Amino acid sequence: MEISLPTFDFLVVAPEIVVLITALLVMVVDMVIGREQKGRLAWVALVGVLAAGALSYYLWDGSDPALHDMLAADGYALFLNLAILVAAALAILFSLEYTGRVGLAQGEYYTLLLLSTAGMMLMAAAINLMTIFLALEILSISLYVLVGLNRAERRSAEAALKYFVLGAFASGFLLYGMALIYGQAGTTSLAGIRAAVQAGGEPSALLLVGLGLMIAGFGFKVALVPFQMWTPDVYQGAPTSVTAFMSVGAKVAGFAALGRVALYAFGDLQGDWRWVLAVLSALTMTVGNLAALRQANLKRMLAYSSIAHAGYALAGLAAGNAQGTSGLLFYLFAYAFMNAGAFAIIIAAGRFEGATGGGETLDDFAGLAARKPGLAVAMALFMLSLAGVPPLAGFLAKLYVFGAAVRGGLIWLAVFGVVNSVISAYYYLRVVVSMYMREGRPAAVPAPVCAGLQVGVALAAVAIVLLGLWPGPIVDLARVAALALLGG
Amino acid sequence: MILLWLILWLLSGGLLAWLLSRWRAVWARWVSLFFTATYLASLVVIWILSPEAEEAGPGSWLIDLNLSWIPNLGINLHLALDGLGLLLLLLVGVLGVMTVATSWTGAQERTGFFHFNLLWILAALAGVFMAMDLVLFYLFWEMMLIPLYFLIGIWGYENRVYATLKFFIFTQAGGLLMLLSILGLYFAHGNNTGVYTFDYFQLLGNTVPLATAIWLMLGFFVAFAVKLPAVPVHTWLPDAHTQAPTAGSVDLAGLVLKAGAYGLLRFLVPLFPEAAGRIAPAAMILGVIGILYGAFQAYGQTDLKRMVAYTSVSHMGFVLLGVFAWNPLALQGAVVVMIAHGISTGALFILAGDIQERIHSRDLERMGGLWSTMPRMGAVGLLFALASLGLPGLGNFVGEFLVLLGAFQANVPIAVLATLAFVVSAVYSLAMIQRVFFGPNREGWDLPDASPREMGIWVVMVVLIVVLGLYPRPVLDTARPALEALQEYAAAGEHVEVEVGEASWLGSTAHGSWDTAVDGVDGGRP
Repeated sequence: MEISLPTFDFLVVAPEIVVLITALLVMVVDMVIGREQKGRLAWVALVGVLAAGALSYYLWDGSDPALHDMLAADGYALFLNLAILVAAALAILFSLEYTGRVGLAQGEYYTLLLLSTAGMMLMAAAINLMTIFLALEILSISLYVLVGLNRAERRSAEAALKYFVLGAFASGFLLYGMALIYGQAGTTSLAGIRAAVQAGGEPSALLLVGLGLMIAGFGFKVALVPFQMWTPDVYQGAPTSVTAFMSVGAKVAGFAALGRVALYAFGDLQGDWRWVLAVLSALTMTVGNLAALRQANLKRMLAYSSIAHAGYALAGLAAGNAQGTSGLLFYLFAYAFMNAGAFAIIIAAGRFEGATGGGETLDDFAGLAARKPGLAVAMALFMLSLAGVPPLAGFLAKLYVFGAAVRGGLIWLAVFGVVNSVISAYYYLRVVVSMYMREGRPAAVPAPVCAGLQVGVALAAVAIVLLGLWPGPIVDLARVAALALLGG
Repeated sequence: MILLWLILWLLSGGLLAWLLSRWRAVWARWVSLFFTATYLASLVVIWILSPEAEEAGPGSWLIDLNLSWIPNLGINLHLALDGLGLLLLLLVGVLGVMTVATSWTGAQERTGFFHFNLLWILAALAGVFMAMDLVLFYLFWEMMLIPLYFLIGIWGYENRVYATLKFFIFTQAGGLLMLLSILGLYFAHGNNTGVYTFDYFQLLGNTVPLATAIWLMLGFFVAFAVKLPAVPVHTWLPDAHTQAPTAGSVDLAGLVLKAGAYGLLRFLVPLFPEAAGRIAPAAMILGVIGILYGAFQAYGQTDLKRMVAYTSVSHMGFVLLGVFAWNPLALQGAVVVMIAHGISTGALFILAGDIQERIHSRDLERMGGLWSTMPRMGAVGLLFALASLGLPGLGNFVGEFLVLLGAFQANVPIAVLATLAFVVSAVYSLAMIQRVFFGPNREGWDLPDASPREMGIWVVMVVLIVVLGLYPRPVLDTARPALEALQEYAAAGEHVEVEVGEASWLGSTAHGSWDTAVDGVDGGRP
């Protein structure tokens, strides 16, 4: 008797496998090395992430191989993998000294970080409702733990609980939506759903409700209004390096899956979901920016700002055309550098406050330019890029998505985006004002800044300048990625 | 490539100044002086040699450089220079050298960063005056904001943070509306022709329907009106000018405001001739309101720098008036006003800065009788106050008179109202001199007169404003081909939209009038 095993092309998911193996490796190494050597785990994790990045870039040859209707290694997944791995690599660099200072258990920390990275990458590659859900849970459960990892800090535990409860709720929404869609389409494969949508003339209510519920589920992950309630508390309570990572990675992953579901599976129902996303986008940016105006705590401010940026990015999706999709991808890529970088400066500033925590408020940043000119320049770049000032990456990203919105006939949405950019300039500039134009007190602990963090910040800063001045290669890549999704 | 090098030269000069200041602060000053002076010198060479320039573009374009930048989005690195741009670049160079020289003893803290910002403002402005791709233009347009923001915010006076935020938000809001219009134009043009491009020359003569064009034009108009500034979006200006350090005020008044005027001339009218025609009367009225309102406000100020700032509002009203009159006389006048105002107001701000440095106050109530203790500065101050009030023989008169002549052809009542400017400007200018230099020396000031460095600055500025007043021909000759080309672009664009035979607001483009315009004012005595 012959047993036929399904063919399994490991190369398709090689980057994800590398990340998973590294996660396990970190766990094993953690058990054998001494307590004072735990810092080396970070390097193991970093090597794994970089290897995965190199693999996903070099394995990709223009063809779009798929693994049994479950996972795809197309241009879209590749591009998002790069953004996710950038976020992971930066987060590891930013964690080098921070984990020790705050007293996080490093073995668990890097294992969970890599696991959630793998979850994000799988989510970008998932072409089946089942894999989307599994990937989402891998990433979410790791993040729940990471958020609460700082057991000495009560806010961290509170944030973890909040994130977990609301996250489980959102997963429920998502699953319910998936069930409805499955019930109507009879398949969980996105290609199958696409075929079902194309086949039946008038879309059935089940499909639309299912899609709506899925948008709500993803909306939670990427913090769209009105599913954004958890964001400020979680971002503030979580260890800062975790915030730097999740504020980018979870958003990229959420948008990845949302993009695939909306643009690919439900591409023919654009008329039904575009206006929903457009309204959500306008709401999200407005609420995020208005709330950010009043924050004195930078982590909280950046949390609201990240909500606003989810709104901008969503405008690209709402545009519903190839340009909007590549705009969304470029936006996420640029956002990874500037947002993670901004959190890195908060980590660095906390260093001067000793073990007491702090270094998170506008007052703590007063006079930073005099104390740490390099950090201040980088922070100013990140803030200006987030505000969308040319020639930095944030500007080109906004130009791209708003341009797509105008082209897609959503001029009102572009106007909303522009007005919001003006509002946001105010609070981003307050940070610059604080650093450059106010007298600060001397550092409580005149400690040097960790070299790894400096390298990470420098890389992020150079990246946002280069992405603004010479975006050609990334724009090309984003365009190819968008075509992989829309053309397929 | 020379155009790109000009910008890179200033950018690298700024970086070098910042780096070297780590060892000795004074190196930042010498480096900045060297880079701005060589920049100015190379422009003068271009000016003299312009007919034989190797990379000459078609028509009125002296130099043209078009490199591919982001081909996927239709964005090019397109820089080009014509007479109008050249004049403004020269102004950038002159005032650049002056700002470095005038802040030679100021900015003791973070000297390197100060000069970095100074040179980057100049570089961004140079980019604005050369960019022929709308995204590139917007990029430089916003790029000048950031160093200016730092310049005002760090080295400004007591209320600097408020002023700098207000300045940033106003200009940013205007700029983003322009960005929206740029995008709108890009897609409207792309949908009509299938060519998606941000290139200025390809967008000229676009066939955007009038209803859309008006909206797109308004986006540009708001951005340029904020920078210019036109009433009622001028309120950032008095705060920013007053709180900025001297170099910042000179750059703002002398150069940044010109970017707004330049935008109207280069982009707004040629790109949307018909739509601009529709708002021309309103814009001219705004110009007159600016002229008169600025003058009245200036008279009422008790802060010397604030007073000079309001005179800027008044002078720039002439530019708005001139641009929207859109005939050869008015356009030449607008260009001359831009140059003359750059020099004269720059000089007045330097004067205010020098006085502030001596008495640590800008309060007019505390001044008075300064002539007796500083006669040389008094004389210079008087000269520039006279320039400001439009005394024949000095640069401002030529420009403002030409604008009025042109405006008279376009709209008589508005021109008549604008003429009142000569009365009110005399009132505030003389009041300023009266309050600063004459009268009793109530506070008993005993101050050092202008130092050799300061006198050097003054001599250059005085020579420039007098030459411009007595022999404006080189400036007018340089500007004329560029302005003629702009009028042709606009007329060509309008023919697309307006039926042949219909009366056109651009009707008065008869070429003969150009020569009379120049001959008429030669020597400043038409």
